[in-house]
Amino acid sequence: MTNNGIAVEKGLAVTLEGVLFSYGEASFRFDAEFAAGRITAIMGPSGSGKSTLLNLVAGFESPGAGRVLIGGVEVGNTPPSARPVSMVFQENNLFAHLSVEGNVGLGRSPSLRLTAADRQAVAEALARVGLAGKEMRLPRELSGGERQRVALARVLLRDRPVLLLDEPFASLGPALRDDMLDLVAGIHAERRMTVLFVTHQPEDARRIGEDMAFLDEGAIAARGPATDFFDRSGPDAFRRYIGDRGGRVAGSQHIARKRT
Amino acid sequence: MQSAPRSDSRVTIGIIALAAIIVLIGGAFAGLALEGARDPSGAAAAFDFYLFRVARFTLWQALLSTLLSVAPALLVARALSRHPGFPGRRLMLQLFTVPLALPAIVAALGVLALYGRAGYFAGILGKLGGGEWPGIYGLSGILVAHVFFNLPLATRLFLEALGTVPTDQWRLASQLGMGAWPALRLIEWPALRAALPGVAGLVFMLCITSFTIVLTLGGGPAATTLEVAIYQALRFDFDPARAVVLTLLQIVLTFVVVAVLTRLGANTVGDANLPVAPRRYLATGKVEAVLNAGLIALALLFVAGPMAATVFAGLEADLGRLAGEDAVRRATLTSGALSFFSALLSVMLSLSLIAARRALALRRRVGSAMSLLEHATDTGAGFVLVVPPIVVGAGWFLLLRDVTDIFAVAPVMVVTVNAVMAMPFAIRAVRPAYDAASERHERLCLALGISGWNRLRLVDWPSLRRPLAIGFAFAMALSLGDLGVIALFGSDSVQTLPYLLLARMSSYRTADAAGLALLLGLVCLMLVIVADWLGREAKA
Repeated sequence: MTNNGIAVEKGLAVTLEGVLFSYGEASFRFDAEFAAGRITAIMGPSGSGKSTLLNLVAGFESPGAGRVLIGGVEVGNTPPSARPVSMVFQENNLFAHLSVEGNVGLGRSPSLRLTAADRQAVAEALARVGLAGKEMRLPRELSGGERQRVALARVLLRDRPVLLLDEPFASLGPALRDDMLDLVAGIHAERRMTVLFVTHQPEDARRIGEDMAFLDEGAIAARGPATDFFDRSGPDAFRRYIGDRGGRVAGSQHIARKRT
Repeated sequence: MQSAPRSDSRVTIGIIALAAIIVLIGGAFAGLALEGARDPSGAAAAFDFYLFRVARFTLWQALLSTLLSVAPALLVARALSRHPGFPGRRLMLQLFTVPLALPAIVAALGVLALYGRAGYFAGILGKLGGGEWPGIYGLSGILVAHVFFNLPLATRLFLEALGTVPTDQWRLASQLGMGAWPALRLIEWPALRAALPGVAGLVFMLCITSFTIVLTLGGGPAATTLEVAIYQALRFDFDPARAVVLTLLQIVLTFVVVAVLTRLGANTVGDANLPVAPRRYLATGKVEAVLNAGLIALALLFVAGPMAATVFAGLEADLGRLAGEDAVRRATLTSGALSFFSALLSVMLSLSLIAARRALALRRRVGSAMSLLEHATDTGAGFVLVVPPIVVGAGWFLLLRDVTDIFAVAPVMVVTVNAVMAMPFAIRAVRPAYDAASERHERLCLALGISGWNRLRLVDWPSLRRPLAIGFAFAMALSLGDLGVIALFGSDSVQTLPYLLLARMSSYRTADAAGLALLLGLVCLMLVIVADWLGREAKA
């Protein structure tokens, strides 16, 4: 399957070259390459620029200077919907007045004119995320976790090589969050898209993150494989951010679960 | 940074809507300017004692109406807030929203049916005064009608102001053992005083631009306001130079009033919200309770009186014959069609401005100033309030009278002017909902590439149809009851219900007029009830 001439079976690398962006008082500078097909967890204090980074890649914000490239192609002037990107937000991923089928179907046709084949594809995507048979429900009849599953079903249907997750599971309980993370990991295993995953929870990053990026004061302060970040050799700023649990690698997940 | 896509059809449509409004208002000004330039000496000659007297009366009646509406409203609002739970309170507050929906000509007829020379109270009033009751045409009639409209409005606004007093202050007051007088001085009066300039300003503004009431209840050169004088200059004396001068004076007057109001932070669009009664912790003494009850009863009788009179007088009319009359049927159809298209246009213009404003706000850099265009879509709509319908109508009347048959353009004028005049109300109904929906959906629409027609159909329409219906119903009620534009442009071939009503009144067919008033009042009331019901459903 192709989208805008780009083959979408595999993930695409996401590159930010000298990207400058300012928002009111805050200013950001990003220089990074996120390798194709990897899951990168993005962490950092509030206001450090995690969501801004994702918005720049998605096209909701345009850089003041520098280039954003996806799969080596500059996407600076491409509107969000034409970029090879899907994004799941923390909330408001669904239109409250449209059924589950409609919300997912929008991933196939923005005018919601669905063919029988489209409906079949919607049903399959819903089955994949564990919502088989709930096509006609309205979002308000679903739990918080189910709503995010609908959003993930739409991601499946759109089948874009880059997936941006902006704290999509932050408001879910720990067990549910783990289920959802496993679902993302499962989808990633099938589709091998590039995933940028913003989270506040170290255990989320540990559960599915392959790489880590730590943002501080509007720039990427540290990067590396996730495993390195969570042992004693991790960057100092990151260890300060997550607190003393950085030193107790074995127990951290357990403690964190109790706390949340 | 630009966070919205570079070209947004919403901005384009907003500019078109804005241009249409500018053409309507600008065309009126052009008509006035051309007429003034054509006959400058005539315009200069129009500055005479008559003009001075009309201007003075305009201000004088507005001042008196404001005093007589606002001062009692302060007392009634306070009394109502002291007794949050008496039976019928809710019903009474609902009754107080009715004048907002009632066309002015219906209310004027109600006042006449009650206090007029042949009114229900004429006998009693005549005995009290010793002799025959002369009726209440002139200043007294104007004042009674203005108070009928504005006392309930001011009462509701003051009640809202009292509702902003935090419950904790009341708890504290009761703990400290505050009596009625200290509570009034220390708690209630500060809240009322803060609201006073805004409420008084709004009422003053409404009275200074009042046309229908003065036309129907005023009389002769002694009781004429600028708006009525404009109408008379154009329709009876045909003195364009005088009309130009009167219109300019009216614009200057309203502009000054609105400027002062904006300074005072007044809300120039009356609200229809019912204030909720918070719990009160202060006990009321026996004497105060009796006084308050008396006050509330008086206000209730004053407001309910003309409504009841409208109903009774209307039922006395030969409704069956009226309904069968050709002129009535045609006027009903005309009114229905014109107000329908007017409301439709009003809602479309409003939505265009609202969407453009939102799109521009999204596009704007955080912290940077609004562009002129965004200002225009934001507050520009409110400025149509500065230019009363009569003024716009008069301008176009002068502009078109040589070009075409004035009476042939009546439908266009009625639809467009009323649409623009109803915009502030429609915008109030729709904008919060649009902005909230945009807050939720903007990024999702961008991400999924839903824009233009698809967005309107799939996203905006489902979340906005209720607020749009509310705006539509309000705009339609407003347009249905309007007598301003049709008074200038109406003729035997194009008659609306209010125009027909006025004609029957002028030819002393009082029973017919009463029957028509009942019909018109009921339709407008129904529209506003529907809007209110839709609004409550939308909130639930």
